[in-house]
Amino acid sequence: MAQFREEAKVLRQEMLGKDIYSLTLATENIAREAAPGQFVSLYTKDGSKLLPRPISICEVQDNAIRLVYRVVGYGTKEFSGYREGEKVSLLGPLGNGFTLKNKKAVLVAGGIGIPPMLELAKQLRRESPSLSVTAVLGYRDSNTFLVDDIKKYADVVIATDDGSLGVKGNVIDAIRKEKIEAQIFYACGPTPMLRGLKNYAEEINVEAQISLEERMACGIGACLACVCKTKEIDEHSHVHNARICKDGPVFDSREVEL
Amino acid sequence: MDLCTSVSIAGVEFKNPVMTASGTFGSGMEYGEFVDLNRLGAVVTKGVANVPWPGNPAPRIAETYGGMINAIGLQNPGIDVFCKRDIPFLKKYDTKIIVNVCGKTEEDYVEVVERLAHEPVDMLEINISCPNVKEGGIAFGQNPQSVEHITSVIKKHAGQPVIMKLSPNVTDITATAKAAQAGGADAISLINTLTGMKIDINRRTFAVANKTGGLSGPAIKPVAVRMVYQAAHAVDIPVIGMGGIMNAEDALEFIMAGATAVSIGTANFHNPYTTGEVVDGIIDYMKKNGVKDIKDLIGCVR
Repeated sequence: MAQFREEAKVLRQEMLGKDIYSLTLATENIAREAAPGQFVSLYTKDGSKLLPRPISICEVQDNAIRLVYRVVGYGTKEFSGYREGEKVSLLGPLGNGFTLKNKKAVLVAGGIGIPPMLELAKQLRRESPSLSVTAVLGYRDSNTFLVDDIKKYADVVIATDDGSLGVKGNVIDAIRKEKIEAQIFYACGPTPMLRGLKNYAEEINVEAQISLEERMACGIGACLACVCKTKEIDEHSHVHNARICKDGPVFDSREVEL
Repeated sequence: MDLCTSVSIAGVEFKNPVMTASGTFGSGMEYGEFVDLNRLGAVVTKGVANVPWPGNPAPRIAETYGGMINAIGLQNPGIDVFCKRDIPFLKKYDTKIIVNVCGKTEEDYVEVVERLAHEPVDMLEINISCPNVKEGGIAFGQNPQSVEHITSVIKKHAGQPVIMKLSPNVTDITATAKAAQAGGADAISLINTLTGMKIDINRRTFAVANKTGGLSGPAIKPVAVRMVYQAAHAVDIPVIGMGGIMNAEDALEFIMAGATAVSIGTANFHNPYTTGEVVDGIIDYMKKNGVKDIKDLIGCVR
């Protein structure tokens, strides 16, 4: 898979909610190669901050990619200040992405794990127009984002921690309550959510592709910072540690231990 | 003008003084997508032990101002996989291969070194300075007697010239540098990372699971240049300098301080093209300043 380091021009920056931003970047090479579930490494302009920030690809457009991210620290704070026309340095597309299967799909995501589900829903809809795609999205409260975008390609079920919208509780509660049936799950979100989904999927014996997150340095598989425990001996280091940036971020839930 | 960028260490000729710092570059497979490995003086591999090491729990890294803390814990696939996979990969390139060796005990080091004796690698770099493993690593590297002892043991079994990689976490770098030389080291490399700590105030816990980690990046460069200068003046064997090199200017500082070669580490994470750019930048500097031979710059600042 080809990877590119590009200086991309900012096409658009919008605030979608509290601390949630959408950044659209003009990039021919990365947009051409990007698959749902892959990510890019975004570099800050401040030389005191050396490490790139891994950000999932939310949507792929013609010659552009859209990133939806949460401001959590000084790097993402800098990104949120980028304006149209500005140049941004990035590397990508990185990681493996989801493997699209011709099955009744349920997309499960929470918080800032929601953005990659947009491109995934779009491509699933395009690949298998006759199969249903349902997205179960978990938010803290009624301050949602990307719901209308995802609704274009999937039936959306919402769960909120405080019950202010949709099902009160987490995404697994919503799946159980709404009796959502799946032949395959695709998931991205906080580790407790993924752990819950992994257990649920294994309980009902349904395949689940889950996208993991860990602090990264190189982003390309060299430094071994972002590892996760694997059931079998991993191909690279032979020690039950897969590299999230390179071997993942998407894993079959049965292959990893959370 | 014909430029000479080659340097020689213990009889091994490097096309230029630019190497990779162990642990930041794997065995070059990943960075080979961005940099032509043929252009590098050497690839210094990630540390390899006699058996696979799982490394430390995550999170293993944290960013700090002008640098980062890492506590990977020397995760590696062990020497068997390394010989089968990594050495043949690197042999496809016209660059020198320096294998970084780690161990928990003297016997561990000896086993790896003996396995490598008949492999087509050019030099060995012995890691006695990793701050992130409980046994071995830095335990061998912090007092001069044990540095001299482990060096002499390794030299007895090594089939290739030996570089001892020194820790900056010592009171007097010249003492461990001299000890490595006394033990028979063919060269020394420094600095490994400085032991550091970062606290995540929101979670009220340590930023890396290991509590402490090795600080690297441009934040440590002045310390590294100073130590390379001191070590180069204390020993007669060549010094390979590293610690926060981000560009050719940084690399030239180390060379002028006395380093025969330099290694690029953390900068690879910031810019995967750094190693190639440092090679280009050194050549540009030589052209602009009428330097015909890079060797004229080594230790030129006294």
